[in-house]
Amino acid sequence: MATYTPSTPIDHIGHGHKPPMPPAGGGDDGRGGDGANSGAPNYGARLRRARLGLICGLATVCMVFISLTSARIVRRGLPTFDGASNSYVRDWGRVDLPWLLLAINTAVLLVSSVTMEFARRQAAREAALAPVKSIPGVSLGDERSFPWLGITVFLGISFLAGQWLAWGELHARGFFVDTNPNSSFVFLLTIAHAVHLCGGVIALLWAASASLLRKPVEARRIVVDITAWYWHFMAVLWVYVFALLGFAR
Amino acid sequence: MATPASVHAHAPQGFIRRYIFSLDHKVIGLQYFFLALTAVFVGMFLSLLMRIHLIWPTAVLPLIGTIQPETYLSLLTMHGTIMVFFVLTTAPQGGFGNYFLPIQIGAPDMAFPVLNMLSFWTTFVGFVVIICAFFVTGGAPLHGWTGYAPLSALPSAGPGEQLGADLWITSIAIFCIASLMGALNFLTTTLDMRAKGMTLMRMPLTVWSWFITAILGLLAFGVLLSAGILLLMDRNLGTSFYVPLVVVNGVVLGHKGGSPLLWQHLFWFFGHPEVYIAILPGMGVTSQILSTFSRKPIFGYRAMVYAMLSIGFLGFMVWGHHMFMSGMSPYSAFAFSILTMCIGVPSAIKTFNWLGTMYKGRIRFQTPMLYAIGFVSLFVSGGLSGPFLAQPVLDIQLHDTYFVVGHFHLIMGVAAIFGIFAATYYWFPKMFGRMMNETLGKLHFFITLAGTYAIFMPMHYLGMAGQTRRYSQFTEVAYQTKLIPLQTFMTYAAFVTIAAQFIFVINLFWSMFKGPKASDNPWEATTLEWTTATPPPHDNFGGVTPVVNHGPYEYGVPGAARDYVMQTDPATAATH
Ligand code: HEM
Ligand SMILES: [Cu+2]
Repeated sequence: MATYTPSTPIDHIGHGHKPPMPPAGGGDDGRGGDGANSGAPNYGARLRRARLGLICGLATVCMVFISLTSARIVRRGLPTFDGASNSYVRDWGRVDLPWLLLAINTAVLLVSSVTMEFARRQAAREAALAPVKSIPGVSLGDERSFPWLGITVFLGISFLAGQWLAWGELHARGFFVDTNPNSSFVFLLTIAHAVHLCGGVIALLWAASASLLRKPVEARRIVVDITAWYWHFMAVLWVYVFALLGFAR
Repeated sequence: MATPASVHAHAPQGFIRRYIFSLDHKVIGLQYFFLALTAVFVGMFLSLLMRIHLIWPTAVLPLIGTIQPETYLSLLTMHGTIMVFFVLTTAPQGGFGNYFLPIQIGAPDMAFPVLNMLSFWTTFVGFVVIICAFFVTGGAPLHGWTGYAPLSALPSAGPGEQLGADLWITSIAIFCIASLMGALNFLTTTLDMRAKGMTLMRMPLTVWSWFITAILGLLAFGVLLSAGILLLMDRNLGTSFYVPLVVVNGVVLGHKGGSPLLWQHLFWFFGHPEVYIAILPGMGVTSQILSTFSRKPIFGYRAMVYAMLSIGFLGFMVWGHHMFMSGMSPYSAFAFSILTMCIGVPSAIKTFNWLGTMYKGRIRFQTPMLYAIGFVSLFVSGGLSGPFLAQPVLDIQLHDTYFVVGHFHLIMGVAAIFGIFAATYYWFPKMFGRMMNETLGKLHFFITLAGTYAIFMPMHYLGMAGQTRRYSQFTEVAYQTKLIPLQTFMTYAAFVTIAAQFIFVINLFWSMFKGPKASDNPWEATTLEWTTATPPPHDNFGGVTPVVNHGPYEYGVPGAARDYVMQTDPATAATH
């Protein structure tokens, strides 16, 4: 992004001795070259900033799931005193996961990650072409024909519905959140993941409505972009949770 | 294409957009500041009630009546929680960090202003929720700020452990979410929005301290959040994460097999970084003020940065030192002990650098400087007891005695509060455009310094004499009754110290409206906030984007026209 923000220097705020003003923006290490510093940073800078924020947010999500995992490991290994046999036993317990249903959900989520990626690229393309399109008389054909975003939202909601069914199925098999420590963690981890994914669905709905409300294409692209990375992260996280519940029974 | 910056120089109109749901980091900073000010008075009032109860357990107080032992525990819990979260975490980071981090790096605002507003209002909701705990049936919880299970996990375990405890946990969880949003914003802002020329190694140490604090917050609060969710589940959904088989009042509860130590591990994994979250910004502002008022560059700038980084890093590996008495393996106790004492090294580096900064300086003993020196003093006297506690053999004697209470009050309670005072006296002119009264400031300082030492120093002796912590009454325990005169002395000292805080409040509000007008740079300091108008315009620099040519602490530079070089002064051959 070679553009820079022309700022209008107002002379003398506070102390004098101002050096002549070079173009605005720019950090120390060349990352801020495109107006990172002006009141309205341009689209590249905003995208980078949003991605940076996302990385911080994901670090937190990681910490949440790391601490839940370590709690699970600790709880799983704990002996508990059993009065009947007068000895220490493990009370971890057993859970019959609805394997088929969860496998289908996993597939749905992974596919949605792919469609999300297509939606992300589509949004990027639109944003790049927006200036060209605004020239009167230039038409690039109907680019937006394929509703990747809508499909992703649909798949995301399907995944959540599938998880809902899985919880129902667990209840039907007699496993509730307080049945045994194992089942507590099954519900805890799956629900924690679902809550996080809900956040992604809401962001996507916002992005979709932004296009209906004719918000600037760049703003929508940024939302779609960071939601996409978040979405991929959620897919990976789900695979991790599923593997944890499945293999470290 | 970007719009000219001047378009954005206008503040939004209308009272609500401007002062309530403002997106301006300066307004949000002030909102955090006043929230913390409210909270500190609530917390202080609770401590006053505790001190009264400790020496006059049967006194009948107006409106409150006689304080019952369980009420004492509620007061203790709420005092600790409000002070740690809503004062020591809120004011230095949320308050001053919000106000000055963007200005000091030359940015027009935080990276995500809407998120910033949300994080303040979420914190506010957290505060309201915790205050509600006083007013529900059963009252506020009894389990202390550390919320140890199983007490905290069993609604039937005591009066305050019913709805009050649920509100307590909910409030902490809300606070976690707010702090996470804040930390994310601080990190992105520091990494992405520095002005041209503001390299990492030119950032003021205040910015470094807020930055490192934000990293700690980002990693620590998520853990507390999940710990709190498990606790809520144990309380309300019948799970057994923390609760073993327990009998309360002869009734066997349904729980089985959980581990109270699991809570302790999760809590202290957050808890130890949290104490550094409280103190690091104080270290930053102390460095800034010592350099400014000694008219000397900070001694060992890079060493200061690396010391803070290593304190932050080591801070995540020492949580076990709070659990020596939990029956942990002696091998892990040994490891935690060694790692804990390692933190003494960067702490000592910082202390010696502060002393080195003042050495041979032309010191200006104005109130901010006094508070910064006070911070160093308290940091040393509170910190020295740390390595004692860090040895498992000594901790067997000292754990859960007043020695620990003395340790953490001097270093966390008072030192961090001194950091907040220093910051208030130092930045008040920039925030409100007026000067605070020096005489009142000094009076406030000397009474507070003497008073806090008088309250918290004797605690160490009490602890060594075996006086237990968290007891509401000593009159019934034979060997402890001999110590009551010292407790009485501490209560009187507390009366005086608390009274002195009204000097501060009067000075604060009087100066806000009636103090003499401040110039743009009353302390002749060098960092960016002193280059802009007082108070700063809506976009901080009035449409200009500052360019940084100098490090943050160039005082007494040979060959310079004044005895200081502002960060935005033109680059000259004399300096780089
Ligand atoms: C060289 C530095 C330090 C060392 C070696 C150290 C060591 C310790 C140890 C071993 C304990 C546990 C005592 C016990 O419960 O038996 C403790 C408690 C505590 N420390 Fe420190 N500490 C240091 C610095 C700090 C700092 C800088 C702060 C805060 C800003 C702090 C705040 C606390 C608090 C709040 C507690 C008590 C928590 C509670 O039980 O309620 N410490 N310290
Ligand atoms: Cu600690």
